[in-house]
Amino acid sequence: MNALELKQLEKRYDGFTLGPLDLTLPSGAILGLIGENGAGKTTTIKLILDMIRRDGGAVRLFGKDNRESFPLGKEDVGVVLDEVSFSECLTAAEVGKIMRGVFRNWDAAAFEGYLRRFDLPEKKRFKEFSLGMKKKLGIAVALSHRAKLLILDEPTGGLDPVARDEVVGIFSEFTRDASRAVLISSHIVSDLEKLCDYIAFLHKGKLMLCEEKDRLYEEYGVLRCAREDFAAIDPAAVLGKRETPYGVEALLRREDAPRGMDVGRVDIEELFVLMARGGEGK
Amino acid sequence: MNLWIDNKSSAPIYEQIATQLKTQIISGALREDELLPSIRSLAKDLRISVITTKRAYDELEREGFLYTVAGKGCFVAAKNVELLREENLKAIEEHLAAAAQLAASCNVSTAELAEMLRLLTEGER
Repeated sequence: MNALELKQLEKRYDGFTLGPLDLTLPSGAILGLIGENGAGKTTTIKLILDMIRRDGGAVRLFGKDNRESFPLGKEDVGVVLDEVSFSECLTAAEVGKIMRGVFRNWDAAAFEGYLRRFDLPEKKRFKEFSLGMKKKLGIAVALSHRAKLLILDEPTGGLDPVARDEVVGIFSEFTRDASRAVLISSHIVSDLEKLCDYIAFLHKGKLMLCEEKDRLYEEYGVLRCAREDFAAIDPAAVLGKRETPYGVEALLRREDAPRGMDVGRVDIEELFVLMARGGEGK
Repeated sequence: MNLWIDNKSSAPIYEQIATQLKTQIISGALREDELLPSIRSLAKDLRISVITTKRAYDELEREGFLYTVAGKGCFVAAKNVELLREENLKAIEEHLAAAAQLAASCNVSTAELAEMLRLLTEGER
């Protein structure tokens, strides 16, 4: 079963159009959404959660339309948005008490466990929380109502490397149960690189790419060569490039590379940067 | 069972896993018919993608190092170990032949060559 399906999903604003997007996240998998600021990641997530009205297409969560199945469907979705906001005057424990009334499946013991694991203070009020503490509290709430799908918008932003490593571990652990899935957007590509089964690139509202992560390494590579050698390559095959006075780095499909030229491995971050730039030139 | 993932390595992660499992199967650290961790739990323990792990197992299965029993999991297969030893022996022979040739080309005697190998392998102990 697919945890999430987007079909021809569209949202139009003045000066910005998102989509049409087609994206599938199978159960048991983790999909990483990568994109520049303003590429449409948060808009996509808001459309999935029906926080904004879509102008076309469909969103299905576990096979059901997101509008028909809500609010019950919301029980199944754990959400961490870019900005975590709770009432300023509440402590973490009080947030837990309120959530017990919000979610039928609230797991108070799990929540307390996460508060301890994240080292969140008991007495402090939310307004005194640091950015990282706010994020951690949001993550603790999202993980404590027995959700089947986690939707995370920049969940690791503002966290230090140790905390980031810990939450990335928790997200990975979440899909040990094959009926669950995670959609995660982040600028911190290294966090996604190891974790994700699928990677999607969003660029200026369009899906540039959605592929099994491992296949990306196989399909694409970077050719580092002299300018003269670069001139001999069919420009249509070049998906993106970076030039210096001393040579050229070009992103290619491996099959398009000229024989005898060594194509190096490309990491996801480089792939994205080169592709986003290359897309601009065309 | 020991496994390490090197993120800095140029070898793809699935290959790193496959190679390490293969080494352990050949060395006997993993025994015939031993149950291997499930794909999902191995992926989660190593914090890597499920697809990557599946790929490592698929590759090992294709090469005959493990077999799958539906509903039970993946087990270490026996048959290929001999074959692999055979292959390794062949590779060793080739390397030695190349060394002998190189030695002959610069007047290093067979006795000197044997002494070199003895010193090298002793150094590793």
